[in-house]
Amino acid sequence: MASKSAIRAEAARLFDRFQAAGAQPVEASVLQSADTLLDLYGEDIRSRAYVTADPLQGEMMLRPDFTVPVVQMHMSDGAEPARYTYMGEVFRKQEHDDGRPSEYFQVGYEVFDREDPEAADAEVFALFADVLSPLGLRAATGDIGILLAAVDGLNTSDRRKAALKRHLWRPRRFRTLLDRFGGRTSMPETRARLLKTVKKVGVDGVLDQAGAEIGLRDRSEVAKRITALEEDAATPPIAAGEVDILDHILSLREKSPNALENLRDIAVDLPNISGAVQRLERRLDALSAKGVDVSKLDFEASYGRTTMEYYDGFVFGFYAESRPDLPPLASGGRYDALTRVLGQGRSIPAVGGVIRPAQVLTLTEGKQ
Amino acid sequence: MTLKLGVPSKGRLMEKTFDWFAERGVTLRRTGNEREYAGAVDGLDGVELVLLSAGEIPRELAAGRIQLGVTGSDLVREKIADWENKMRELEPMGFGHADLIIAVPKCWADVETLDDLDAAAAAFRSEHGFRLRIATKYHRLVREFLREAGVADYQLVDSQGATEGTVKNLTAEAVADITSTGDTLRANHLKILTDGSVHKSQATLFRSRRADWTDEMRADFMALARKLGLED
Repeated sequence: MASKSAIRAEAARLFDRFQAAGAQPVEASVLQSADTLLDLYGEDIRSRAYVTADPLQGEMMLRPDFTVPVVQMHMSDGAEPARYTYMGEVFRKQEHDDGRPSEYFQVGYEVFDREDPEAADAEVFALFADVLSPLGLRAATGDIGILLAAVDGLNTSDRRKAALKRHLWRPRRFRTLLDRFGGRTSMPETRARLLKTVKKVGVDGVLDQAGAEIGLRDRSEVAKRITALEEDAATPPIAAGEVDILDHILSLREKSPNALENLRDIAVDLPNISGAVQRLERRLDALSAKGVDVSKLDFEASYGRTTMEYYDGFVFGFYAESRPDLPPLASGGRYDALTRVLGQGRSIPAVGGVIRPAQVLTLTEGKQ
Repeated sequence: MTLKLGVPSKGRLMEKTFDWFAERGVTLRRTGNEREYAGAVDGLDGVELVLLSAGEIPRELAAGRIQLGVTGSDLVREKIADWENKMRELEPMGFGHADLIIAVPKCWADVETLDDLDAAAAAFRSEHGFRLRIATKYHRLVREFLREAGVADYQLVDSQGATEGTVKNLTAEAVADITSTGDTLRANHLKILTDGSVHKSQATLFRSRRADWTDEMRADFMALARKLGLED
């Protein structure tokens, strides 16, 4: 393990590279509002970030990443377009003793640009590929936008699509829902019983028998959901063919040109993904123009589904094939929706990523 | 070095622990006056009795300051991250049963499962503008359980007592709490989710993995284990 000063020096070198590429250096506070992060990531972030209490500001978290504060800063007073770079430590609680550090440096590069999102994707990826090229890494890429478009294109109710999109980042839960909506599994017994009773005595009848009304979630909210359950029970299952198409997309793992061909074929049956597939094509063209050999570039449609909750388009990571035990040396992606969430009504297409200088050193030291 | 056996220092848990050991031919007893937390082990050499608050025994085992300890399996899982690497369950002892469960108001006719809870949480958040609150003191256990189940859009609010009352007091929408008979839940108009059993706890004898074991301690432990009829 490299010393902290060596890691800082490596971070500074990468920071310089990103500034030379045209990014403006920015800082972020170590203490971040816990509320913002909890609302974004959910309660789970508590097991990953250090929570502390400030007597005036309330619950605070040691920054688990830079993306959120950088987006907040840009949305409140950034000029457009903008390219930012930052370096500093992030803090991650480790609940399992597997040797992962709980504080480590990140050096990041983020692009906020409306002009040509695919060119911006390519710019970030090509820059990272160039900076990391001496290490001989494998790059993984994916596109959450294609998955979201595929779900949107299903021939079913908006409510089912919303439920699937909400759980896109929880593959097991997504599968359970898809199996149920596709009629592969039947509805839970308790729900079948409820709907039978509703049919007999009506929603009000059920609620009258349900017991004392307590709590903030009131009778009208319960009634609303029962109505939603009735509607859902009356919605026909998603056609087996469509579920198969979705499964096909989810399992797609190919070199990029083949993946593109595959997705074009799929778009004939699921035209809703056409726009996202065209974006993939434009991105591959932009990557080629930047000198990336896309014929060798891996594309996994499911990439980024488990770890990168705020990404909603292009996603990438760089891995050392000789060191499968290491987390990715670099990762990033597009997060347009995050700018909308943090922008209070405004939004801007944004893409970026981070490099972990400690991992870079581990690898270069190993090579020497 | 003697083996240190940590045992709850008062109440039914202590009495039942003493009984459990006595049935296996090992006599634990308190020494000194009634208020003094001192004890002894009769019938075995090299084992020292340490009386501790049940809530502290997990931490002492994890740190290796005691080699053996009796505490609730829920407390170990709640208090110690990565507990399986720090201690081992030797034997469930058959008392101190308590189930950690998730309960919601009985008037939620639409919610019987975790799947329902997740859907209700999503609707609640868009209706009220904040995440559905679950009151508990078992943060780690509940969070890990809900993560496994894929429940989102909830938040845990801390409740160190009278947790069943939080829903009526509008400080939470649901609870995750220990129950043995369910009477308190029913009295507070709550019902348990059909798949809402987070952990079935009971008093359990643990062995620390962290402690530095000498050969002598190992031999003393083997003698104790034989007496207690533990399989190793």
